[in-house]
Amino acid sequence: MRRVKGVLAPYLLILPGGLWLAVFFAVPLVFMASVSLMTGNLIDGFTMTWHWQNYADGLDVYGDKVVRSLWYGLLATAACIALAYPAAYWIAFRGGRHKSTWLFMLLLPFFVSFVLRTIAWKLVLTDQGPVLGPLKSWGLLPEGFHILDSGFAVVSGLTYNFLPFMVLPIYVALERVDHRVIEAAYDLYAGRFEAFRRVVLPLSLPGVFAGVIMTFVPVTSDYVNASVLGGPGNTMIGNVIQTEYFTNSEYATASALSFTLMALLLLGIFAYARALGTKDVLEAAGR
Amino acid sequence: MTTTLTAPNSAPRKRRHRHRPIKGRGLKIYTVVLVAWLLLPIGVMMLFGFNDTHSKQNFQWEGFTLHWYAHLFDKKDLTTALVNSLTIALLTTLLATVLGTLAGLALGRHRFRGQGLANVVMFAAISCPELVMGASLLSMFVATETPRGYLTILAAHVMFSVSFVAITVRARAVGLDASIEEAAQDLGAGPWTTFRLVTLPMVMPGVTSGALLAFALSVDDFVITNFTSGATQTFPLWVWASTRTGTPPQVNVMGTLIFAAGVLLAVGNVVLTRRRARAR
Amino acid sequence: MIPRTDPALARGMTTRRDALRLFGAAAAVLAAGACSIPGQGGRGKITQAQIDAFWKGKAGKGSINWANWPGYMQDDRQTIKEFTRDTGVQVTYKEVIQEASDWFGKVQAPLAAGQSIGFDLMVVTNGIQTTKMIELGYLAPLDHGRLKNFQKWAGPKFRSPAYDPGNAFTIPYVSGATGIAYNTKYVKEEITSIAQLFDPKYKGKVGMMSDSQELGNFGMFAVGADPEKSTPKDWENAARKLREQRDRGIVRKYYDQGYIDAVAKGDTWLTMAWSGDVYSLANDDVKFVVPREGGSLWTDLMMIPKTAANPVDALTLMDWLYDPRHNATLTEFINYITPVPATRQYVTADAQKASGDDKADLERLAVSPLVYPSDADMARLRTYRVLSQAEETQYQKIFTPIVQGS
Repeated sequence: MRRVKGVLAPYLLILPGGLWLAVFFAVPLVFMASVSLMTGNLIDGFTMTWHWQNYADGLDVYGDKVVRSLWYGLLATAACIALAYPAAYWIAFRGGRHKSTWLFMLLLPFFVSFVLRTIAWKLVLTDQGPVLGPLKSWGLLPEGFHILDSGFAVVSGLTYNFLPFMVLPIYVALERVDHRVIEAAYDLYAGRFEAFRRVVLPLSLPGVFAGVIMTFVPVTSDYVNASVLGGPGNTMIGNVIQTEYFTNSEYATASALSFTLMALLLLGIFAYARALGTKDVLEAAGR
Repeated sequence: MTTTLTAPNSAPRKRRHRHRPIKGRGLKIYTVVLVAWLLLPIGVMMLFGFNDTHSKQNFQWEGFTLHWYAHLFDKKDLTTALVNSLTIALLTTLLATVLGTLAGLALGRHRFRGQGLANVVMFAAISCPELVMGASLLSMFVATETPRGYLTILAAHVMFSVSFVAITVRARAVGLDASIEEAAQDLGAGPWTTFRLVTLPMVMPGVTSGALLAFALSVDDFVITNFTSGATQTFPLWVWASTRTGTPPQVNVMGTLIFAAGVLLAVGNVVLTRRRARAR
Repeated sequence: MIPRTDPALARGMTTRRDALRLFGAAAAVLAAGACSIPGQGGRGKITQAQIDAFWKGKAGKGSINWANWPGYMQDDRQTIKEFTRDTGVQVTYKEVIQEASDWFGKVQAPLAAGQSIGFDLMVVTNGIQTTKMIELGYLAPLDHGRLKNFQKWAGPKFRSPAYDPGNAFTIPYVSGATGIAYNTKYVKEEITSIAQLFDPKYKGKVGMMSDSQELGNFGMFAVGADPEKSTPKDWENAARKLREQRDRGIVRKYYDQGYIDAVAKGDTWLTMAWSGDVYSLANDDVKFVVPREGGSLWTDLMMIPKTAANPVDALTLMDWLYDPRHNATLTEFINYITPVPATRQYVTADAQKASGDDKADLERLAVSPLVYPSDADMARLRTYRVLSQAEETQYQKIFTPIVQGS
């Protein structure tokens, strides 16, 4: 009796959560896949016609948005690394007693709603606002100059919103670097830069990789930043999908586009994890 | 620097000093600037909660007032939205923590067939773009003609929180010493007693951080909620919608208060743990 | 609080066997899920017998739920309080509608399933979604025997519109004109024509609307077509003109409603705009014109979902609002064009009674062409083209990609 229970125990434990994920995560994906192959509209209904053309049509009109999203995703992720690394480094090695305070400061934006933060950015960047206004009135910038509604604004908004996701894993990785290893490098006559390049950097890379996984996907599929901070030339694929669902009720096209986006991102993540040797990267991030 | 030079046994200290890899000052300034950049929009948000504005738009400084703090709950729908957000987050935390803890224990404490599959599903649920999750839920609700509202939001929030809880609990459970549980059983504790008195307390830190994460994810979620909400409003949805007609200062005030509450809780938590640690 | 990625998860992810199994299962469910979403068109025609059948045996229950847009009711809900005082009917009022298409997407599923959406009265703009709801049979046919005030007081422009002949399903709540708003701090000429929205001089400073019917209408005015009678050919021409405007960098952004912020701040200098937004901005620098080529007239319509729990009291409220005295109070708050022109005398009277700021506000309102447009302005205003489902698909395919930058 007890043996049977022992065998069944993990299944019983995982059953409720597993069922929840099955019903509200896996099954909906199947529905979406199925809708993506239908044709029709709301009035006449949608029927399954195995219409693979939905994918071709979607990519034909909006393929450039997919490319742009991946590009913005890359830029913002790279910017996150560039901005987060030095700060994480300084806190990990030189933060002293106030390490956690400093880290906490970098995580403060998390206490403000994502949508609100983005709107606040818009207020900061506005043409006659607190940043550009004075520069314009001192004649340092032409009157027509603007940041808002440009690709730069979108990428910087994305960077701003997702930076903490990058800071944390890098910090965790750097924090764990054993000072004695660095000391050993000095003992072996490594210069300051050399020691960083050959010891600290490699040891911290798993943190960077984990950060990339946590930022790239949400950044690439975001539509809030592009719609608040972007102009007509900065639409991302998320905006298109959102409009096709809500404004046009073109469920088939929207599903096809969503599915394409998911496939691209998940394949990317898989390949990325594989190429770097999954075990290393995620194990380090997991601690 | 000077002390190092004049100290009698300067050799080892010199090395100690040298090993600090890169000079701090520049980086410190950089970090301060970065923090300032991160806080700038939040400061702007707070500031405009005190703006004495008279039109529906709130972007030009017109003087200081506490009016919006006094009239915080005047926008009935905003209040409802905030209450919805909070109750959904609480229910989500409750459900996701229970489901996630059980699943985390299964994954961390047992070996079983299908474990790999369970892991794949959880990894996918965590790394799947929110937009896609929302869109697929919408597809399902439309195809099955399920009316969307409070319950569909709750279902979706539990869905995306449960794997995070499971993973934090799992990380904790993996490192546990099985012999403690065995000892409890040897001493005559039944499975439930063992779980309640031994297993649960040992994984508790994982459970609490998972629960906090679930709350934070749920209360701030915009994308998935937007797809599953029907006519029900939550705080982020209301704020988003208000950008079309002009965001009232009450939104800034609520944002400020939530921010303050979050910071106080976090700081309080740290202080408490420190005090407790010292007391021991 | 870091979402930790678990090592074993990653390892699990790479076991090919499991992944294959997952795909197998997915394929199986996909085959099973290959059902369809049923269509529900062709229910827009209605006979008197059907109207009588709908209302037969229905009586007021003393409370209704009302879904409306933000900014369409006083913060203290004064008008609703007066209604409750007059009729004893309790009203639960919610500002849950921000965009017709969003709203339609949200209520479509329950309405299609014949379930309650939790509201007895809702306000939706004329346009694609309203046409769809009429066509899909989602709305209760109105019993005009109980709409005496509407018969008596509705302005001529607000009766029996092309999108709802005979007001069979809807009556107006409030109307607005789409024209051009411009900030005189930056624009140093008078704006009179749509052509000025296409002037390269204003590169990066022009705001256009993202709604495809609004945008389409202005495109059509620009190429000299009448939107109400437009053909797919006109749409193509308009789209070409709009795309050229965008590609030359003249368009700063396609706005939903954030344009009013932008034009007041100076992010845009001139922009497509709704009359009421400009009025309630109350900024002397920002002016509003109906361009000489024309502007759009849109109307937010009161309608009763067919599944409403209490349609009778909803109808009572609709008619109650058409009493000029009641409507005047509301107009004094909303500041858009009212379908009850007779409210003007009440607003004028209220202005005389008021004092200080209030007095100035009401006096401004009573004479404002943004709230009581002149006949000449009214004559230039056009409603949206009524689109059949087939036309709508074509229309959207032409105009949506412009906004999306394609």
